[in-house]
Amino acid sequence: MTAVSTPPPRVATSDGADAAPQRRRRRWLGENPLGLVFSAPYLVFVLVVFAYPIVFAVWMSFQDYFFAAPGAVVDRPFVGFANYVAVLQDPKVWQSFGNVGIFLLINVPLTVVFSLLLAYGLNTIVHAGIFFRISYYVPYVTASVAIVAVWLFLFSGDGLVNHLLGPLAPDPSWLVNSSLAMPTIALFVTWKGMAFYILLYLAALQNVSKELYEAASVDGAGRVRKFFSVTVPGVRPATFLVLLLATITGANLFTEPYLLTGGGGPNGASSSPVLLMYQKGIEQGNPDVASAIGVILIILVLLIAWIQRTFVGKED
Amino acid sequence: MSHPDLPVNTDTVAMVTERRHSRRTHNPNEAGRGRKVLLYVVLALGAFTFLFPFYYMVVGSLQAKVDPSVAGAFPEPGNITMDNYVAINERINLLQGLVNSGIFTGGVLIGTVVFGVLAGYALAILHWRGRGVVFALALLVQVVPFQLLMIPLYVMIARDFGLADTYGGMILPFFINSTAVIIFRQYFLQLPKELWEAARIDGAGELRVLWSVALPLVRPAVLTTIILTFIGPWNEFLWPFLITKEAALQPLAVSLANFISNIAASTSNPFGAMMAGAVVLSIPAIVLFLFFQRYFVSTDLGSSVKG
Repeated sequence: MTAVSTPPPRVATSDGADAAPQRRRRRWLGENPLGLVFSAPYLVFVLVVFAYPIVFAVWMSFQDYFFAAPGAVVDRPFVGFANYVAVLQDPKVWQSFGNVGIFLLINVPLTVVFSLLLAYGLNTIVHAGIFFRISYYVPYVTASVAIVAVWLFLFSGDGLVNHLLGPLAPDPSWLVNSSLAMPTIALFVTWKGMAFYILLYLAALQNVSKELYEAASVDGAGRVRKFFSVTVPGVRPATFLVLLLATITGANLFTEPYLLTGGGGPNGASSSPVLLMYQKGIEQGNPDVASAIGVILIILVLLIAWIQRTFVGKED
Repeated sequence: MSHPDLPVNTDTVAMVTERRHSRRTHNPNEAGRGRKVLLYVVLALGAFTFLFPFYYMVVGSLQAKVDPSVAGAFPEPGNITMDNYVAINERINLLQGLVNSGIFTGGVLIGTVVFGVLAGYALAILHWRGRGVVFALALLVQVVPFQLLMIPLYVMIARDFGLADTYGGMILPFFINSTAVIIFRQYFLQLPKELWEAARIDGAGELRVLWSVALPLVRPAVLTTIILTFIGPWNEFLWPFLITKEAALQPLAVSLANFISNIAASTSNPFGAMMAGAVVLSIPAIVLFLFFQRYFVSTDLGSSVKG
């Protein structure tokens, strides 16, 4: 579609305008400058809620920034990397990043394997599909805060899980055990978020070509072989997305350690970087240190996303 | 509760291998039926794993005396009561919490739909300089973990703008949803181009095309977007938790969380009261989802990421 073949856009404001400036404006702004007007609220929103805060966070992390009364003139000197040095010398920060590492090591493989298998199963069956889909999606649509209440009950020292396990029950119990607290949180988040990944895989499975399955059958491939040689490569874009979103979930982890383990206990074994940002920034009034943690976190996320894109997300 | 279905994995493999061997034998139909039964057993195990905590939540919320043993999962009629609901409603105002959640969610949804349709339409249908950049921005924004922005946003919104303890401060960071912009863009792209061209040839201005042609067509996408983005603000905890200190303004998720971490211990049946609150918080989202679950699809989302 070229500009010549279409009628001039009837923009309400261009009634009395001359043809020449209008043409010039069109060359500069494109055929329908109104698009910019329609997108303007969104652009302003992205600038106010994403772009500016990111710049602000980076700037804050290099200042000695503290909360002051609105309108008060205070001196907030530039301190270079001092906040970063403080953050990197804090063993609690290292521990929280390590905790997210444990979280991802448990969450990512379980998520990929179970969401792909359940989506594959859902995609195969003829009966009761709606029932299964609804059952799988219910945890996803429910607030973490609500489900946390049940998990606290289920996994408490005298809870149902330990009653079922009998002598096998861990002591101290799941959420107060320093080596089990983070894995229990990872299981919770995996269980709760599974539906969204099942949804992604269901959409991806629609795009795997039927011809490939038929060709594989002709070549004598069994179901397992077809699953690994046709399905798994066929849904690779979705797998990339699952990896990316799981990483972002790990980077965002806050509600579950805050509520399930009473603020990241025992002894910080389940604390997360965002939980530390909350404690240092809001509770202790050091938003500059909290911002430095945030900047380090965002750099790590971008790095991991780039690695994932290189190894999993690349188009053939 | 997630590990009971770990063996499922090997079951699937085993049953699939079994099918493969059986195909070489003479009775493929029977083997196919066995495989199907196993598949349904696996899916049912999954459904049990996902649903049981909700069943247990309801049972727990109705028990007068907490019974964490296995028998407690099957309540006896004599032990059933509504006391837990009364108890939690005395500590946190459930109705006020629901109203606050509703205002917060409603505000977010209005912005999401109105400005999402506008931006999505502009990105899909209109040709203007910079639309590629805006679309790239919409994709990029999704990769930024929102929680990372919480400190600067808290300073800006609570301190600089003075919006702490207001609905506006709660809504602002979620007012337009980038996912929604992408969903609407993908949806408009799927519609035939001739529609827009015909309307323009008939002399309709862009606003008229948007209002009379695009909006009536976009209804299914609006429902998908609402159902996908509703759960975000309804379940959001961290941001309203930071921005509201006044209990009368807190969404239910925040007041319930405060109850769990600070108040529950002082009630006579803390787990029962917690679960009663959890049931009240869960029901609106689950009911809405049940009604509109057929719109709960990610096709548009998936295609946007690939292309």
